[in-house]
Amino acid sequence: MTSSTHWTTVCKQTDLVLDSGICALVNEIQVALFCLPSQDAVFAIANTDPFSQANVLSRGLVGSLGEDLVVASPVYKQHFCLRSGRCFEDESQSISSWPARIENGNVEILI
Amino acid sequence: MSKTKLVVAGNGMVGHQFLQSIADSGQLEQFEITVFCEETRLAYDRVHLSAYFSGSSAEDLAMGDAEMYRNWGLNVLTGEKVSAIDRDNKSVTTDKGTELAYDKLVLATGSFPFVPPVPGHDRQQCLVYRTIDDLDAIAAVAEKSKVGVVVGGGLLGLEAAKALTDLGLETHVVEFAPRLMAVQLDDGGGAMLRHKIEELGVKVHTEKNTQLIDDGENHFHKMNFADGEVLETDLILFSAGIRPRDELARQCDLETGERGGIVINNQCQTSDPDIYAIGECALWNKQIFGLVAPGNQMAKVAVTHLIEGSGSFTGADMSTKLKLMGVDVASIGDAHGRTPGSRNYTFIDEQTEVYKKLVVSEDNKLLLGAILVGDAEEYGTLLQYMLNGIHLPEFPDSLILPNRGDDQQTGLGVAALPETAQVCSCHDVTKGDVRAAIDGGCCTIGDVKGATKAATGCGGCAALVTDLVNHELEELGIEVNRDICEHFPHTRQDLYNLIRVEGIRSFSELLAKHGQGHGCEICRPAVGNILASCWNDYILTESNVSLQDTNDTFMANMQKDGTYSIVPRVPGGEITPDKLIALGQVAKKYNLYTKITGGQRVDLFGARLEQLPPIWQELIDSGFETGHAYGKSLRTVKSCVGSTWCRFGVDDSAGLAIELEDRYKGLRAPHKIKFAVSGCTRECAEAQSKDIGVIATENGWNLYVCGNGGMKPRHGDLFATDLDKDTLIRYIDCILMFYIKTADRLQRTSVWMDNLEGGLDYLQQVIINDSLSLNDELAEQMKQVIESYQCEWKTTLQSPEALKRFRHFVNSETSDDNIVFVEERQQIRPARLDEKAELIAQPIKMVS
Ligand SMILES: Cc1cc2nc3c(=O)[nH]c(=O)nc-3n(C[C@H](O)[C@H](O)[C@H](O)COP(=O)(O)OP(=O)(O)OC[C@H]3O[C@@H](n4cnc5c(N)ncnc54)[C@H](O)[C@@H]3O)c2cc1C
Repeated sequence: MTSSTHWTTVCKQTDLVLDSGICALVNEIQVALFCLPSQDAVFAIANTDPFSQANVLSRGLVGSLGEDLVVASPVYKQHFCLRSGRCFEDESQSISSWPARIENGNVEILI
Repeated sequence: MSKTKLVVAGNGMVGHQFLQSIADSGQLEQFEITVFCEETRLAYDRVHLSAYFSGSSAEDLAMGDAEMYRNWGLNVLTGEKVSAIDRDNKSVTTDKGTELAYDKLVLATGSFPFVPPVPGHDRQQCLVYRTIDDLDAIAAVAEKSKVGVVVGGGLLGLEAAKALTDLGLETHVVEFAPRLMAVQLDDGGGAMLRHKIEELGVKVHTEKNTQLIDDGENHFHKMNFADGEVLETDLILFSAGIRPRDELARQCDLETGERGGIVINNQCQTSDPDIYAIGECALWNKQIFGLVAPGNQMAKVAVTHLIEGSGSFTGADMSTKLKLMGVDVASIGDAHGRTPGSRNYTFIDEQTEVYKKLVVSEDNKLLLGAILVGDAEEYGTLLQYMLNGIHLPEFPDSLILPNRGDDQQTGLGVAALPETAQVCSCHDVTKGDVRAAIDGGCCTIGDVKGATKAATGCGGCAALVTDLVNHELEELGIEVNRDICEHFPHTRQDLYNLIRVEGIRSFSELLAKHGQGHGCEICRPAVGNILASCWNDYILTESNVSLQDTNDTFMANMQKDGTYSIVPRVPGGEITPDKLIALGQVAKKYNLYTKITGGQRVDLFGARLEQLPPIWQELIDSGFETGHAYGKSLRTVKSCVGSTWCRFGVDDSAGLAIELEDRYKGLRAPHKIKFAVSGCTRECAEAQSKDIGVIATENGWNLYVCGNGGMKPRHGDLFATDLDKDTLIRYIDCILMFYIKTADRLQRTSVWMDNLEGGLDYLQQVIINDSLSLNDELAEQMKQVIESYQCEWKTTLQSPEALKRFRHFVNSETSDDNIVFVEERQQIRPARLDEKAELIAQPIKMVS
């Protein structure tokens, strides 16, 4: 992350799909956004699945592994932490994550 | 204290076990050990030698390991053979001139294959089957050969014959005796084995005495037999028995047997108490043991005797079970009935080619021996009866007669075995050892195998060990955890019943009442699937959306590059020219890769997410419906053209296939379901490889159930015959609903039925005799699913809310620039990474 990060509006809150993901394009970067109403929170991680190189993580299933909130890649099913991007099966394949929030009905991420 | 100088001649299987046992005893310190190993390789698993021809490498077979031996402090010399023993000076000399003193000497020199001294036996391309080097030589000769002959129809000869057929040779077995495996089998068993082996293409010649081998006319050798017949071949493999390697013993005047073998006492000492002999070179009680298990026992005895001065070898059971060319063969104890007064029970089934014989004591109480050919399932049970002297049931023949379902299970319960019963002879594991392993914390078969080595040798005891472990776990009240995942303390079946009974219609409701956490990629789709089986609501209603994996969410099959494939339903594989043209036009317009599937449909690949709705709009306008290729649900009902067109057809298979596909389309189940209907017994639709298979007969329809293709193909079982259509459909309704009610998650029908206690019989009871009084309920549930069918794509196209998700970016109309195709055979395919790098002008930003 560079020092010139700032909160960027990505889409409307109503664009989010509850307990599931969507993908947004932010500064040419594909970002997967997940909305978990039970946590009252939005999460942003990279959309590219490092194992298949396909841009599909937003289409994975969300859930929890112990205390961690995760998405499972729809291609080969590895788990990524929604908060940190950490890959549970292979740490060296962990992905980027960005802080995300909802402000005035808009979804913003710090990027 | 000075160390004992220990010299070991031979590093074969038993020589290795000897070293292993010293290491296990923790007494390596006591000794200064030197091992001479004639072969250039350290010990390897000779029992599985043939695996070398089916993909195992020398490393895979290795048992000894240079590094491990070094850590044990051994001095191991490979490619060096002990050539003489000087007992007076207590030293050995090797073929390389090394001279070495010993305090104790161990001979583990094994045996060599006996080659009959027929003139010509030493010609080129005459080989034996004992070492890895032998196998390399065989492979080299086989490459330029067409025909191979194995001399000797015993256990090893037949194994060698299998190897020759695998190497692609026309294979003959030439046996001196009147039958195969003369040592282990009687005439009846030998005849059955011969018949089965000949069916596999091996030519068997018995009562043949080879007198001369010389040049052939069409092949390298000509074998001339005593009866005047000849046989030409390119390769000859001698497997006419083994002879102990006792040459060292004879050279230094140790006592040897008349017909070879180094005589040992119960402590495995030879006639010189400082020299031990173990394994195949040793003669105990006038017996040579040509199996590894007794050899290993000798090794352990020798080690305890060396260290503690105690321990004794008391003989070993020579029962064997093996698979020869795919045929199960077993021989137990006194197979030939040599015990005075013994009596036989024999069962012969020429239909399925099974031969079984029991040899029992005069009073009918004890099992003395047995022979099994074609089906050796009872081996474990019979062996335990014999070894432990357990009293036979009132009618001993019930142990080998086929179980026709109506009588009680006759097998010996594992509970009846004494603690000392040996369950694995290869590794000498007793029932007590298995129990100790479980007490020590082992909770699965895998754990027990790891801890005791049981069932890791020849594998003959695998079924018995599994039974025993399960029984012991049950006794301890340990239940195998079958919860679906960490979020629900329930099995899939429990969840199904909870959802049905409590009328639960959403994941959040189920999670709140019966679960915890957020769910995961296991329970979410499983629950989504159960909800669909029960209520058949639209799968993308707001509460269902987050349960579907990507295939169900977008109603298409995701491919490796993130694009999707589309399969519209084509019931029974019947399609009008107009619809076929429409499919072609859509594929052409969207430039989709097009392939015909095994289920008689057309699969269109390479659609981007945002293209799915417009493509489906065109398909629906042309009269297509969704095909559920993405769901755990009914896929296709494959059919042949049937009596309408076919000269041989007996009934209208295509018509029935279409009716069945329309009836069950959209039905979601624990796994995908495939059907097929054939119009006659020629079975062109391959119905017997499907979950539900129907074949027309003169009198109606035969129903087959629980077959499948795929990774582990299984033929369907005949469930009922000559059914009229209404009964057929009623049975299928009930079978499918019973499957949905009782199967595990992602369990195909075949595995499901195999796991039902009572299998096919039980399923027939439930469905045909309504033994659970469940059928009306099952049929009613099926009726509800059928009546609530909707084409999911049609519903989706009418819902602007649902369509919102069919775009790659929520905030941009552009599509994913990482999807790139190249052309191959006039169609698109996904570009590989290296191709992509070249094709994409601007480097894509991929953040991961
Ligand atoms: C194809 C095949 C299949 C088999 N299948 C089975 C089976 O299913 N079940 C079963 O129980 N058994 C089976 N056996 C038999 C089993 O392999 C033997 O019982 C076992 O290998 C005996 O071990 P051993 O150490 O006594 O002899 P070996 O394994 O033969 O080892 C003896 C070693 O000593 C070396 N040696 C000999 N003389 C000297 C010397 N003077 N100095 C130094 N080294 C010397 C030899 O080169 C050899 O490497 C099979 C054998 C073969 C060939």
